[in-house]
Amino acid sequence: MQSNETLVNIVRFITLVLVQVLILNQVNLAGYINPYLYPLFILVFPLTGNKSLLILISFALGLTIDMFSDSGGVHAAASIFIAWVRPVALKYSFGVSYQLNTLKISTAPFSQQLIYIFAMVLMHHLVLFSMEIFNVNQILLILKSTLFTGIFSGILMVFSVLLFSRKST
Amino acid sequence: MQQIIFFFLRNKNFLLFLFLFVISFMLTVNSHSYHESKFVTSANFLSGGVYSFKSNITDYFDLEEQNEILTKENERLRAIIANGSITNEGLPSQVLDSNYSFISAKVINNNYARSKNYLTLNKGKQDSLKVDMGVISSQGVVGIINATSNKYASIQSVLNTNSQVVAKFKKSDHYGTLKWDANATNIVQLVEIPRLAPVAVGDTIVTDGKSTIFPEGILIGTVSSFERKPDEDYYSIDVQLFTDMTSVKHVYVISHRDAPEIQQLEKEVENAE
Repeated sequence: MQSNETLVNIVRFITLVLVQVLILNQVNLAGYINPYLYPLFILVFPLTGNKSLLILISFALGLTIDMFSDSGGVHAAASIFIAWVRPVALKYSFGVSYQLNTLKISTAPFSQQLIYIFAMVLMHHLVLFSMEIFNVNQILLILKSTLFTGIFSGILMVFSVLLFSRKST
Repeated sequence: MQQIIFFFLRNKNFLLFLFLFVISFMLTVNSHSYHESKFVTSANFLSGGVYSFKSNITDYFDLEEQNEILTKENERLRAIIANGSITNEGLPSQVLDSNYSFISAKVINNNYARSKNYLTLNKGKQDSLKVDMGVISSQGVVGIINATSNKYASIQSVLNTNSQVVAKFKKSDHYGTLKWDANATNIVQLVEIPRLAPVAVGDTIVTDGKSTIFPEGILIGTVSSFERKPDEDYYSIDVQLFTDMTSVKHVYVISHRDAPEIQQLEKEVENAE
């Protein structure tokens, strides 16, 4: 069971990186919106999993994306940030009961899923664009990019969760 | 002592986060700074390999368009040979300095929608590509190499807010710096043009030969709009690029024979000051 979980996560890691760099990085909605799907890995990482391990894996995930897109360390920074705040986001969107083994993101009420996904995505994108643009004078551009890209990334993630969640009886 | 250990144990996630965040921050600053060797770039065997795999497949989709661009270039070059003279359109206004040589390469990854855009080439150190060499397409300037591995090179596009290319007016030799404000693809900004300079919409902007990166007279674009506030001494000019950065595929890397020597000399002068 444990090794099965590990294998699922490894496959998910590789798939999300490839989908991101080969497909989504080539997508430019309205000229500048480039949706990011890879943070989904951090969102659906086993809820009771080791938190330090998640931060380390998120760093590796972000750095891989950075390597492919020549962006220094911006994706790594954004990824470890949401990996670190994830327990708080989980608590506020699903209540304290997330720590019990029973909760699954795909089986939680849809409104809670939406809050969780969009909160995490917007935080990720805010850190990402602040680090990428790196200029206080361009704060409007940072907020605009965060909002619009965040909406599209969020929608993409909601659909991915709906598509790939296993029907539990 | 025990207190300290407890403190570390209790906050281990936060400390781990802080530690990794500082590393990411340093990597980001490193990638923003010019003239520093970069640690994380797409010029390496893994991302280069994945990108060349992708480009092997996607290359077929725009073969026709790319063929047309290359045929157009051949047509222009043939006209030059046949006429023995150089027309206004498309090529440097004077015969290129023979110190420069050109290496052809293919773009295997291209982005243009962010504020810091990079391209990846399928050639690297093995083909004698080096950091700080200029890259042009058949239509005009594309960018400058910022990192190389054995088989791949990463290019800082002109559509990158860190890019600075010295450019001048073809007609008047007034020169300024080309930057990008990340607002529109294919439109870059030319700054520091003094108010004495005659500026008109449609003027051609070319590279300036003062650095070893680009030879003089490589095309960049045309003035699409300009303005100067009454109390300012410099124009702010929007330049429409000749190269369509969204579909650039075949490029030439320019290497200057004496570049190392000139850079060495310039460094010595800088250090002496």
